[in-house]
Amino acid sequence: MRAKTDTIESAIARIGDSDTIMVGGFGVPGTPFCLLDELARHGQKHLTLIKNDANEAGMGVDHLLQNGQIDKLVVSHIGLNANATKLMNEGRLEVEFCPQGILAERIRCAGAGLFGFLTDIGIDTILAEDKPRVEVDGRELLLEKPLEADFALLHAYRADPLGNLVYAAAAQNFSPLMAMAAGQVIVETEQLLASGDLQPESIHTPSPFVDVLVELPMLTAEYGVLRRGR
Amino acid sequence: MDAKERMMRTVAREIKEGMTVNLGIGQPTRLVNYLDPELSICLHSENGITGVGPVLEFDQADRNLIDAGGAYVSTLPGAAFFDSSVSFAIVRSGRIDLTVLGAFEVAMNGDLANWMVPGVFAAGVGGGMELAQKARRVIILMTHRDRQGKSKIVRECSLPISAKGCVQRIYTDLAVIDVSEQGLMLRMIAEGISVDEVTAATAAPLHIPEQPVPSF
Repeated sequence: MRAKTDTIESAIARIGDSDTIMVGGFGVPGTPFCLLDELARHGQKHLTLIKNDANEAGMGVDHLLQNGQIDKLVVSHIGLNANATKLMNEGRLEVEFCPQGILAERIRCAGAGLFGFLTDIGIDTILAEDKPRVEVDGRELLLEKPLEADFALLHAYRADPLGNLVYAAAAQNFSPLMAMAAGQVIVETEQLLASGDLQPESIHTPSPFVDVLVELPMLTAEYGVLRRGR
Repeated sequence: MDAKERMMRTVAREIKEGMTVNLGIGQPTRLVNYLDPELSICLHSENGITGVGPVLEFDQADRNLIDAGGAYVSTLPGAAFFDSSVSFAIVRSGRIDLTVLGAFEVAMNGDLANWMVPGVFAAGVGGGMELAQKARRVIILMTHRDRQGKSKIVRECSLPISAKGCVQRIYTDLAVIDVSEQGLMLRMIAEGISVDEVTAATAAPLHIPEQPVPSF
């Protein structure tokens, strides 16, 4: 099998204007800050981003928002980023809100080669207004459609050159699902181990889902423990 | 013990041995500080953890280990990490025995509004809808009135709801109220508060039992 390692420049240069990009992470853990910073440096425009949240002001996704690179977010919430809320309220950013587990399942659905699923989550709420309804055995349900993307940008704790991935602790969150649902999967990794050095039973994302690996020379401050006065 | 501490201790009694529990962001999360340390429960966090342990100080924090509210947490022996799809499979399949959530409004039929105030607060729903709709028991921990002094317990929600008829019990700074098929039932009352004060602060019909109401 061929090694998938590449430079961060050439990995991000694959992304084009108007592409849809999934970004792993729930808050800080799992957010690929280096890939996002590189995307901010390259400056692709009119992007649609699919992510659990919009990070915090001044971090990760927020750099892309401040650059005006993002037309639309598909998220479960943006509560931690006042800049994102402001852009949305000013009508400069389209935001589609999804219940968190439904967002995860729509991504998984695309990744599993399925065309939708039925659920009652949110059926009595305003989030259900534009969703098709399907009756099954006398019960009315919402049809949720798969979410797919041109690219996924993910952060792994460990990888091998074939693209097998291991995530740390709560940094797993959306990443294994997004790895299945995007046309090209670009992964930054803290450690690149030799092939065979990862225990097969410990692998969260198997190599067929991964296209490009970028080994991080170091972690920037954004990855660290943040003092927030909580 | 002040009134708030008595309220938190009263709510904490909802959490029983062996339960799998999800505590909402904010005040509900702080309930862990009021639990009997001997109690064995499983705390679930939406970002993919079962077996969440106490919150850690800055110098002990693990950068990869936060709860859904962003606090740096520890894990207890027997903890597990998993992806977001598995995390919400736990919720939607009814494995959460109890969730404690905050609220903007609770209606007399148990409708819950806790995610959006149009034009004021619309940052998204996170995992709140799934918890409200699918946890086996949904209890609310909130102030009885909003900052303008308006009752948060109402006949019908005026705000966009999170789930219909999902709330079973409401804990406030004034009272403990059950949502039942017969309507709202006063169960407990805060020390120093009268039944009339609770009734006056509640914008929905409230059934008062004939026997004296215990205080907390």
